[in-house]
Amino acid sequence: MEDLLREYLPILIFLALAVALGLVLILAAAVLAVRRPDPEKVSAYECGFNAFDDARMKFDVRFYLVSILFIIFDLEVAFLFPWAAAFPDHGELAFWSMMVFLAVLTVGFAYEWKKGALEWE
Amino acid sequence: METGFWSAYAWPGIVILAQCLLVLVLLLVALAFLLYMDRKVWAAVQLRRGPNVVGPFGLLQSFADFLKFVFKEIIVPAGADKTVFFLAPLMSFVLAAIAWAVIPFADGWVISDLNVGILYIFAVSSLEVYGVIMGGWASNSKYPFLGGLRSAAQMISYEVSIGLIIVGVLISTGSLNLTEIVRAQDGAYGFLSWYWLPHLPMVPLFFISALAETNRPPFDLPEAESELVAGYQVEYSSTPYLLFMIGEYLAIVLMCALVTILFFGGWLSPVPGLPDGVFWFVAKVTLVFFLFAMVKAIVPRFRYDQLMRLGWKVFLPMSLGWVVIASMLAHYGVPGYARW
Amino acid sequence: MAVATLAFYLFACTAVAAGALVVLSRNPVHSVLWLILAFFSSAGLFVLMGAEFVAMLLVIVYVGAVAVLFLFVVMMLDVDFAELKAGMAEHLPVGLLIGVVLLTQLALALGGWAFSDAAPALREAPAEAVGQVHNARALGRLIYDDYVFLFQAAGLILLVAMVGAIVLTLRHREGIKRQDVLKQIHRERHEAVELLDVKPGQGI
Repeated sequence: MEDLLREYLPILIFLALAVALGLVLILAAAVLAVRRPDPEKVSAYECGFNAFDDARMKFDVRFYLVSILFIIFDLEVAFLFPWAAAFPDHGELAFWSMMVFLAVLTVGFAYEWKKGALEWE
Repeated sequence: METGFWSAYAWPGIVILAQCLLVLVLLLVALAFLLYMDRKVWAAVQLRRGPNVVGPFGLLQSFADFLKFVFKEIIVPAGADKTVFFLAPLMSFVLAAIAWAVIPFADGWVISDLNVGILYIFAVSSLEVYGVIMGGWASNSKYPFLGGLRSAAQMISYEVSIGLIIVGVLISTGSLNLTEIVRAQDGAYGFLSWYWLPHLPMVPLFFISALAETNRPPFDLPEAESELVAGYQVEYSSTPYLLFMIGEYLAIVLMCALVTILFFGGWLSPVPGLPDGVFWFVAKVTLVFFLFAMVKAIVPRFRYDQLMRLGWKVFLPMSLGWVVIASMLAHYGVPGYARW
Repeated sequence: MAVATLAFYLFACTAVAAGALVVLSRNPVHSVLWLILAFFSSAGLFVLMGAEFVAMLLVIVYVGAVAVLFLFVVMMLDVDFAELKAGMAEHLPVGLLIGVVLLTQLALALGGWAFSDAAPALREAPAEAVGQVHNARALGRLIYDDYVFLFQAAGLILLVAMVGAIVLTLRHREGIKRQDVLKQIHRERHEAVELLDVKPGQGI
């Protein structure tokens, strides 16, 4: 248990170090460089035009669909990880239960392919 | 009390801190030269000279660029969400950096040898999408917003295949520890015992997914200069932009290191008899990075719908199929697939 | 392990504070970002308990996937903050009432909760101790063998989720050109190109 935690301490330190370095870099430019903002300089870039309207607009529902499908496949991969880690210990039942699981999800995959959910326009 | 505190906490703490600092500094210096190499390779492909002014052969170009970034003005666009605007580059740099904490440079040369090392890398690289989304949203400008959105969808699409390909390698190893994965590839036949041979179909797949995951050309649609100007980075300048840049390249080199560890034996020497060591790791990573640079110079950019089709309709079924095939082969004891 | 205790309080306080800020912050995007911080701190707490695999899964699934979806949804909301504030006073009593009811229910449920003495013995397959075998492997030994039916049920739930997501969100837009790769590859020259012999001075 203690050994386990000892492995994680360096990650915490590494994280702190990386955050510190990033902050130092941002602050360095804030301190060293000139700052002379004017309305034209800070306006949003739109290839020379003035911005038409608010940039945060509605976008295609397809992006949601992609991220929902991603969650589902991510969960599938999450189930595969412990299966792969314990692969040497598996008997026939454990092996084939995963095959059935994958087959069920392949049915879903075939469905979404047929429905055209994977098509991008 | 005094001595107990020193021996129990302070010294190990200082040692760990020194290790982390060493890795981080070496990584950033190496990155400077890899960036130089990147530019030299494109230049050579396009029959140009590339950077050749600063230092001998232009070797110090990256350092000059760095200084220039630091002395540039930070511009915060009007209407931007200030906190998130600065958080985004910081996050993409920090995430790309901390993934290196579990990479074994040689046997035992690793900052933290996690049992779940590969999962840790998978987790951290699945977070890299946040820097992009946050940067795109916080700028309050249309190009960054569109670029951030696109690249978020792209990165998550290819992550699934990367996960499945990793599972294929894990089945052969039976461990989630990166050091174990490399050790399992140590065999009597030198480079023929590495995983690239049994998992051959997955090597190009992983390479291409890595390109897409790190928004590298030909999949650099979030940046696509011709349509989105520079994607989520449009409104960034000075060191925040530099942090995005370093984060992107750190992630790219991380993917090179991952290719090396998963398929090309990490620090193992390719010929039996030669000593293993960190030299081989660095050489292999540089070679893979050279391939990344060549791809950027040679291959034209994908269209967005083609990119999504490639991810979902080609890579996902192929990697899923390979998980099934590899597990069958390992389950029935085909030599080379089960090495525990 | 003073360091572990320190880390526990660090993560616990961050989790609680971030959770509170999820509710309190005005901007929904900030709320999602606080939520991510709360997930991270919980992952840290899992690591402190020795459940490193669960910690990583929490980050991969919740932060890497679910929160991305939240962010997508929240980013495109056109929230008018003035309107939100105006509605606040109106809905406050109802909101408070619901809150009190939920709290009472929680208190009742937790107050009446007790572990049965037989519970540990009833578990079908207890996992090995953390020190002996690392927990991804311990989980892998259990899920696919001893808990195979639950595992298959999880697969079916994922299938239903996939179908449901498609049924609910998929709308094909009309009048959009799609690329049909097979059609493109199978196109022959004689279908696409016609050779015309145009006489000079006549046109087609």
